[in-house]
Amino acid sequence: MPHTTAGPSAGGMPILTGDARLRRRRLLNRAMELTASLAALIAVAVLAIVVGSVVIEGASAVSLDFLIHNAAPFGQSGGGIANAIVGTAILVALATAMAVPVGVLIGIHTAEFAAPRTAATVRLALDILNGVPTIVIGIFVFGLLVAGKAQSGWAGAFGLAIIMLPIVARSAHEVLSLVPKALKEGGLALGVSRWRMVLRIVLPTAAGGLITGALLSVARAAGETAPLLFTSSIFANEVSTNPSNALASIPFKIFLLAEETSPSAHAEAWAAALLLIVFVLLANVIARVLYARTSGRIRRAQ
Amino acid sequence: MAASSLIPAQPASPLSRARRKLADRLGDPTLRTLTSVASLAALALLALLVYKVLDQSGEAFSRFGLGFVTASEWNPVTKRFGAADLLFGTAVTTFAALLIAAPMSIAIALFLTELAPRRIRRPVATLVELLAAIPSVVLGLWGLIVLAPALVNTVEPALKSALGWIPLFSGTPAAVGLLPAILVLTIMAVPIISAVVRAVFETVPSDLKEGALALGATRWEMVRMVMLPYARNGIVGATILGLGRALGEAIAVALVIGHTLKIEASLFGQGDTLASRIASEYQGATSLLQISSLTYLAAILLVLAVVVNVIARLIVRRTALRVPATAGIVQ
Repeated sequence: MPHTTAGPSAGGMPILTGDARLRRRRLLNRAMELTASLAALIAVAVLAIVVGSVVIEGASAVSLDFLIHNAAPFGQSGGGIANAIVGTAILVALATAMAVPVGVLIGIHTAEFAAPRTAATVRLALDILNGVPTIVIGIFVFGLLVAGKAQSGWAGAFGLAIIMLPIVARSAHEVLSLVPKALKEGGLALGVSRWRMVLRIVLPTAAGGLITGALLSVARAAGETAPLLFTSSIFANEVSTNPSNALASIPFKIFLLAEETSPSAHAEAWAAALLLIVFVLLANVIARVLYARTSGRIRRAQ
Repeated sequence: MAASSLIPAQPASPLSRARRKLADRLGDPTLRTLTSVASLAALALLALLVYKVLDQSGEAFSRFGLGFVTASEWNPVTKRFGAADLLFGTAVTTFAALLIAAPMSIAIALFLTELAPRRIRRPVATLVELLAAIPSVVLGLWGLIVLAPALVNTVEPALKSALGWIPLFSGTPAAVGLLPAILVLTIMAVPIISAVVRAVFETVPSDLKEGALALGATRWEMVRMVMLPYARNGIVGATILGLGRALGEAIAVALVIGHTLKIEASLFGQGDTLASRIASEYQGATSLLQISSLTYLAAILLVLAVVVNVIARLIVRRTALRVPATAGIVQ
């Protein structure tokens, strides 16, 4: 900063004080710039530390045996999480089958058909649903489907689907709104009916974005524990593919293992966490790439 | 583009044209109805959720009434339940987390909109948003095994010896407790708040910013006098959105907070929140009254979450801000 070192000898008092003030202002500016940069650095560092811990601790505990075996009988160490992997796959697949079609339909409704007021109401409801704590969703599904009956994979999947629905619907709305008006109106002007226009022009154009939303919601659902606590947490220690019974899941398994005190349980928890975080981060990165590609393509078409 | 396939290659025969007309007559109302039903289903689901949670807490409500909120006891044996300590724990952890998360998020957003070289903006923004993608149970595991011991061994003794005369920093550091819970919640709130604040900052007109700079303001003075006032509502809305997230987190908090019912001034003590109490009693609930009381907690949480989210959305919407799709999705 050559300016501040210009020196007070240039003139009398006013310049001297002015110069000192300038120096103070620049110092404050510099301090604030450093603070902002530091904050961003801390956020990135926290991500690196968390992911790094999971990778380092998990990598030493994960093995093929761990992936293909069930948990060891009570009191023994070793064992694996095969039933949790299968359980999570089934729970998430069922939840996807429930949430994605409905979510995309809602997105089409709010972006293409609904009056602005109706669309705003639906979107507010989705935002509220998105803000409902996941543990409350667990309690809701417990009261609706489990209380008086038994836990089941269906109930767990329904809970996950409630979490996925606002994510899918909102991203569908956003990406469908991106489709250029000219493209839609061109179709309509050629005498194409509205539903054909939606199915043949809007949806194919926005397909990448729709997949993004679905992928992000899958990543989110795969990592959720809270909705499963009351709905799918009492299960046999074997691979089960029947959603009429409660199913094991990776997040719940981590939760259980973390609450134990033995180092071997913690090692298993880290290994399961590694599996989960690799899947979740991968899904997120792919989703982002897809979204950037789709929205870029749509913008260029405009 | 797909539009080309809409134009028939050959003149359609009268028969296929008739069929096409019929399909159009049916297709339009069908798709319209189908999508409307889906939207209605979402509204009905929300209504059912609210109704069911309130209804299921009825038994505890008729037993304890509104006194539940101020009663400071949770005893499954004597079957007396109250939420006061849990509300206290929720309030302390949430507000402390926001106290750290809000300024930090504003700083991150400033870095990303004003300071960062263009090349690293996108990657850094993505990394910050990826923080929100870490499953809460993994964050809880990390908080329990890595963060909490580190705090007990280094940070908490240091805070205590320096600031121990303040009740907030007195007491014996425990293996788990409020402080790790606060930090875990901070990590969860930062990506949400910073994403929305960044979107708000990007709406500040550049002629205002450049005007301030042209008048000789330093970059910080421009931020303080132009950007922060312009973005004030958006920042408030973003912080309330973060509040909603921190308020309801159950799993990560349940792992690190220690499940003690105590109202005390120390950050080193243990505690419990509404959400984490529900999560920790998922198996232990023996009586119907206890389940109903847990649902009462969920009802309180639900009311808080709905109020908080509606307020936040209204504020953010009033700033006439188009939050980019990813900012919403990532939550």
